[in-house]
Amino acid sequence: MSASDVVVTGLGATTPLGGGVEETWDGFLAGRSGVSALEAEWVERFDLPVKIAAQLAVDPTEVLPRVEARRLDRSEQVALIAARQAWQDAGFGDDGVEPERLGVVVGTGIGGATTLLHQDDLLEQNGLRKVSPLTVPMLMPNGPAAHIGLEFSARAGVHAPVSACASGAEGLAWAWRLLQSGEADVVIAGGAEACIAAITMAGFAQSRTMSTRNDEPERASRPWDVDRDGFVLGEGAGIVVLEREEFARARGARVYARLAGVGMTADAHHITAPDPEGTWQAKAMEAAMRSGGIDPAAVGHVNAHATSTQVGDVTETVAVRKAIGDHPVLTAPKSALGHLLGAAGAVESIITILAIHHGVIPPTANVDELDPGVSLDVVTDEPRKMDLEVAINDSFGFGGHNVALAFSSA
Amino acid sequence: MADNQEIIAGLAEIIEEVAGVAQDDVTAEKSFVDDLDIDSLSMVEIAVQAEDKFGVKIPDDELANLKTVSDAVNYVQANAK
Repeated sequence: MSASDVVVTGLGATTPLGGGVEETWDGFLAGRSGVSALEAEWVERFDLPVKIAAQLAVDPTEVLPRVEARRLDRSEQVALIAARQAWQDAGFGDDGVEPERLGVVVGTGIGGATTLLHQDDLLEQNGLRKVSPLTVPMLMPNGPAAHIGLEFSARAGVHAPVSACASGAEGLAWAWRLLQSGEADVVIAGGAEACIAAITMAGFAQSRTMSTRNDEPERASRPWDVDRDGFVLGEGAGIVVLEREEFARARGARVYARLAGVGMTADAHHITAPDPEGTWQAKAMEAAMRSGGIDPAAVGHVNAHATSTQVGDVTETVAVRKAIGDHPVLTAPKSALGHLLGAAGAVESIITILAIHHGVIPPTANVDELDPGVSLDVVTDEPRKMDLEVAINDSFGFGGHNVALAFSSA
Repeated sequence: MADNQEIIAGLAEIIEEVAGVAQDDVTAEKSFVDDLDIDSLSMVEIAVQAEDKFGVKIPDDELANLKTVSDAVNYVQANAK
């Protein structure tokens, strides 16, 4: 342990697989899918080509008191639910860390878009008086982070990285930097997303990035399978409590794993398509290993970004080989979870952390025939037991954002 | 015109809906901010709903003067059509 080491002491999540971390993890191991048919009336009204999504297993309004829920956008609701779980899991109560030593970094890709749409409808239909005075705090993308900061009196800075599908991972990366630099002792970090709505579905469908396997929702998200045809939109939140290791050990906290290093790069190639060589994805992984003093040989596992799109899935495996080698064992959690956009990197980091903690890698669902372009070992069908010294979680986002997080056993 | 008790009961319904305050806690002498812990954003929502319920207009400069439940009751009594 060195003075700047960072550890994970608390986990919280609400996902399409379950209302908590344990239910989500068990869902992965059992091979359950979080994807189902969308019942919303607008699917038929707009004749959307995509009629499936990965919706939350437990609606946040079943968890939060009514009055609290009505003041929060759905993305803020899930963030707060996951943060409360993580805080409790870390063994913190009303005290334990000075407010000026506690930070928050929680990102989102889209933020409160559904609030924006709903309030605009009210304005158009009923005029100014019916627009909620809470409109702005509900739609702002720093809302999830800000509400968590309020709840736990975090005064060492509250930040909200916005980098599309890398936002949640970027939350952990910036938290690591805050802790490494000594600006905080504890940081609540992660991502939240809840934007399953007609306009987001329509926009993604028009960009031809989503699966239209509507007759088999549970089989639609199939990273690395030859018949993959796009991602499945999901919603949820993942929050972790990160601490300076010295601080965590001194208070006798249970430690899941160490966040050993982080790497962040950008492709500067195309607004949505990844650099086909995977050069800057590889550079992000290399940076994560370098900042953590990690030998590539020690990296046993990569929890991949793989979203089930034709181009991206294979490019990432090329980048893994380039940065780490042929030995890491891969899994793609989006096969079960769908794509949680700004929450994806955070929820999938939790899966990576638990893989190290339990020595088990959950399987990638729906790989009937592995894409011949993938020359790495992919865990399919059953969970695989494996002692892991280091595992890397990848997250990439529209805009060319690449984030790699290297977790190690503690 | 509604009597004071009816207006308080009507306000209490709105306040419970918007701010989660139990209806029994909404009594004449209570301050919205200090006693009922209602913030300025919720006050705007409560005012809009009260306008609809009691058929009054509550301009912003008048809203600022409504510190207690009884201030609001008196305003409604004086201004309801």
